[in-house]
Amino acid sequence: MTRGPLLNLLAGERGTAVFLLIVAFVGVIVPVMHLVPAEGSPLQLSGYTMTLIGKYMTYALLAVAVDLVWGYCGILSLGHAAFFALGGYAMGMYLMRQIGSRGVYGDPVLPDFMVFLNYKELPWFWHGFDMFWFALAMVALVPGLLALAFGWLAFRSRVTGVYLSIITQALTYALMLAFFRNDMGFGGNNGMTDFKDILGFAINTPSTRVALFVASAIALMLGYLACRYITLSRAGRVVQAIRDAESRTRFIGYRVESYKLWIFTFSAVLAGIAGALYVPQVGIINPSEFQPINSIEVVIWVAVGGRGMLYGAAAGAVLVNYAKTFFTAALPEFWLYALGLLFVVVTLFLPRGVVGLLDRFGRKTMPS
Amino acid sequence: MNAAQVVKQGWQKVFGAGTGSDRPIPGDASHGTILYVEDITVSFDGFRALNNLTLYIDVGELRCIIGPNGAGKTTMMDVITGKTRPDSGSAWFGVTTDLLTLTEPEIAEVGIGRKFQKPTVFEQHSVLQNLALAAAGNKSVWHTLFKPIAGAQLARIEEVLVTVGLKDQRNLRAGILSHGQKQWLEIGMLLMQDPRLLLVDEPVAGMTPQEVERTAELLLSLAGKHSVVVVEHDMAFVRSIARTVTVLHEGSVLAEGSMDAVQNDPKVIEVYLGEAQGHSDGK
Repeated sequence: MTRGPLLNLLAGERGTAVFLLIVAFVGVIVPVMHLVPAEGSPLQLSGYTMTLIGKYMTYALLAVAVDLVWGYCGILSLGHAAFFALGGYAMGMYLMRQIGSRGVYGDPVLPDFMVFLNYKELPWFWHGFDMFWFALAMVALVPGLLALAFGWLAFRSRVTGVYLSIITQALTYALMLAFFRNDMGFGGNNGMTDFKDILGFAINTPSTRVALFVASAIALMLGYLACRYITLSRAGRVVQAIRDAESRTRFIGYRVESYKLWIFTFSAVLAGIAGALYVPQVGIINPSEFQPINSIEVVIWVAVGGRGMLYGAAAGAVLVNYAKTFFTAALPEFWLYALGLLFVVVTLFLPRGVVGLLDRFGRKTMPS
Repeated sequence: MNAAQVVKQGWQKVFGAGTGSDRPIPGDASHGTILYVEDITVSFDGFRALNNLTLYIDVGELRCIIGPNGAGKTTMMDVITGKTRPDSGSAWFGVTTDLLTLTEPEIAEVGIGRKFQKPTVFEQHSVLQNLALAAAGNKSVWHTLFKPIAGAQLARIEEVLVTVGLKDQRNLRAGILSHGQKQWLEIGMLLMQDPRLLLVDEPVAGMTPQEVERTAELLLSLAGKHSVVVVEHDMAFVRSIARTVTVLHEGSVLAEGSMDAVQNDPKVIEVYLGEAQGHSDGK
């Protein structure tokens, strides 16, 4: 109790220190291996690999956000990919406006898809996205406000458990249908792509890619630390109490709805930030990101890694996605079966996920 | 009224959470009665769980409430703690606080604590954390997120650990405590809220004889400082702690008085005690 708050965050759990060290190490070594060795040298890490790892990091941040609400507060959100996608769209809109007159149709203001769909002027909600700071604010605000409104309605009505999970699925499904429509003004089923610049730097140069990669690593570490701070705070204990015995927590005088609403909104903002880092690295955002299956996959990452342990969730995201990258290349038709099997095995035999398994193994071999 | 008083009042109006000496005290019991339950009726689908129930609890009193299953004991607790809204009647905490207008957390805040039938401690949290969670104080998200626990509360936790006899178990996970220890921890959690009125639902169900004895001592030590209402089936236990006993039957009060007086009441013998006596004799 006498330790400073920062030390408290880092100490007490070996996993946290190890996790932060690994992310920091990867955040430094990968860009170095990409930039320093000569082009074509066997030591060089390709831009593709670096961007792939960067993508995993944004997934890890999304998984940490989901673990915060599911693992710690017991809210099984099956709609978090929607917040991820909304953050991604906010970033995508900025990137579209950056294209300017370099688009196929050469319109100085309207993005290509609008010219193609005979838009005469920019829809009102596209204004402001030519400014980076405005787009960044929207990356946090749009998912945050949606989560706030949605959570306010759901938690106030005391919708919990499987019913809440179902309406979060409905939320992401409804958004998917909406974003598929051409007249929504978000590019319909093609979404947004062909990005050129970010902050005036060409998006495909090695240095910009490195910057995005490093930004992802930093966002992952900061997001992780923020979540860790929350789970260690008194508010975090309250949130875990809500998970274990909700009505009891209400009876000792906590406004359970406020806590749920707050943590759900915070988690949605984190998911939005992850999405905003994801889009410039993969170079595209389209409505398929809202698919209900995506949100379910995130929950599987968390379950595989270890629910209720933030670094477990991050590890799960990387492990499952690495497997996905591997299987979809090697045995594409096998992947969905593998994912399903993985979920069943983890649920039945590894309630605390891979990290829980390591933990148990570690304790058996090292008497301490 | 001088200028300083005016400023003080204005301050309190704006930042109401201050010392609050000019606000009506919640549960003002200056008339000697802490709880007024009057003519409460609750119906569930036509079944009258409570039927014009009237009950008064004095400050510092230890009251036992008994009655056969379905007499309305739990429903009565539900009404007092805001879980169930009555169809008619009134429930006041002291003379200033109308319980029927408050939500569950607000009722907990004004000073009514309830212990449920089943011990529901937070199993994943340590004994210490359980008590800290239950501590009185600002329970807003903002406050709990950024402020550490107050020193006064830490001192209070130590005090309560001694009172409920869990000093040596403070760092254990609550989930591994024995059944009796969980019940005491839960009573300790109630005490952390500094309640004026404690509602205790079947505290000794499933306890060993030693644990029952220890619980009786604990509840007796609490009376005086707090008003305590105990709902219990165990007649031997009730006899060991009760000063005043209220017998509920079909949603209203059948009899009230000392254990002996109640036991000899023919109406009571007919509906409940006779039957219970038979049981305890049979043991």
